[in-house]
Amino acid sequence: MRRLLVLFFVTLLLGCASTAPTAPRATGDLVLIIERASGHVTLASTTSRQPYARIGGLGDLSHASAVYSRDGRYAYVFGRDGALSKIDMLEARVVKRVVQSGNAIGGSISQDGRIVVAQNYTPGGIKAFDAETLELLSEVPAEYAPGQFSKVVGLADTAGNKFAYALFEAGEIWVTDFSNPRQPQTQRFPAGKNPYDGLVTPDGRYFMAGLFGEDGIALLDLWQTDRGARKILQNYGRGEERLPVYKMPHLRGWTMAQGKVYLPAVGRHEVLVVDATTWQEVGRIPVRGQPVFVMARPDGRQIWVNFSFPDYSKIDVIDTLQGKVVSQLEPGKGILHMEFTPRGEHVWLSARDDHKILIYSTETLTQIGDIKADAPSGIFFSSRAHRIGF
Amino acid sequence: MSRPRSSRAALRRKAAWRWLARSTLALAGALLMLFQATAEASGAAAETAAVPGMERQRQLVHMVRQECGSCHGMSLQGGLGPALLPADLQEKSAEGLAATIYHGRHGTAMPPWQRFLTEAEATWIVERLLAGFPE
Repeated sequence: MRRLLVLFFVTLLLGCASTAPTAPRATGDLVLIIERASGHVTLASTTSRQPYARIGGLGDLSHASAVYSRDGRYAYVFGRDGALSKIDMLEARVVKRVVQSGNAIGGSISQDGRIVVAQNYTPGGIKAFDAETLELLSEVPAEYAPGQFSKVVGLADTAGNKFAYALFEAGEIWVTDFSNPRQPQTQRFPAGKNPYDGLVTPDGRYFMAGLFGEDGIALLDLWQTDRGARKILQNYGRGEERLPVYKMPHLRGWTMAQGKVYLPAVGRHEVLVVDATTWQEVGRIPVRGQPVFVMARPDGRQIWVNFSFPDYSKIDVIDTLQGKVVSQLEPGKGILHMEFTPRGEHVWLSARDDHKILIYSTETLTQIGDIKADAPSGIFFSSRAHRIGF
Repeated sequence: MSRPRSSRAALRRKAAWRWLARSTLALAGALLMLFQATAEASGAAAETAAVPGMERQRQLVHMVRQECGSCHGMSLQGGLGPALLPADLQEKSAEGLAATIYHGRHGTAMPPWQRFLTEAEATWIVERLLAGFPE
């Protein structure tokens, strides 16, 4: 009888809780911040510029990244330790978590939002999961020769539930079609020596793989894959001795601005500028270190560049109209990542060693706010939900 | 490597070697005596001089976890660069590992770190890696 009574009250309470009026919340202006050292993520609003939740227990988040479901409600976080966590941005909790490999390096979500694909270093390859349940659908081992597996880099979603990625050891670009998610079909293209990352252009047409083992970029037209991958920016190093690279640059579709592609040089303190119709080099812009992220403001007027160790407390801002650096900032210690608001009025910077996210106005180039975070690295806005190649 | 072809060249080389061996021995003897004398005077000073101070140790641990970690993983389980856990390094020579840190490995993605640390500090990092790296 007592048990029944308890049950009655609990039911009553739950009933009250669920019918209590709560203001509906939308997802268009949310952000997930990776706190790499402590296995936490902080959730915040880009409108109030305040955090609203913090979630822990996510494992090794060094180099972690996130993609969003098409409604922006769920973030899929890919941890370094191979864990894939699905986070409800509204209820601020982990909905599902699977450990899918030994060592992962990010992932991507399909055009229709139904398939989440993780890219792995060990064992090298990609794995496709049901976005709803995180059930494993299929996998494509990066076995480029019998018994030889490659690390996978640069995975990006493209049209038709296809994913493009590069194989570091194999020097190839692979495109896998998941239109039948349990029976993926893969095409292979020779790319060049040691691709380190890749990107899909904002229109979804081209996949580019930056090469570490040689000077150049491999370019594949995804509309005409029968033509194969070709090399652009060949020998941009002009045979000169490279400067040491203490961190690999990162590529994504933010590299396009005003009909040009702005790319980090490897082993040179330069941003390379390529015409996106002729794919010829049209300029190079000296900067203050080895570029890591070369990121265009959404309107393409500015390019923000951060650098690898030991120059990672600096930011250079390029004006695309003038084709040169117009502002040299020192916003904080260990600037690891940047993210622009979708219309470009603000940029969020993670200052790892200051344990802060710094929010800057792109108009005045001054700081307008900050958020505390424990050794923050990646910053992922929910607006990524609507972009191909992210 | 090419071997000496003519006998004259071989003789010349032999003589050179003999001279080199003799002078090296003599030099080593002299050095040994000198070393014994200073070692007795300063005790284990030569060994402790290689260990960085506490503040520097903290900086080096931070550098390995954070900067090296961008390729080797913050937990050193590997990434684009190989894993650096004790089990992964067991078969490797400590000297070779320290040289890799200090000079880098040409033709790979491993850069030289000599701008940021001394050879002794590279050796200290290797010792710590082999023993299980501090957090």
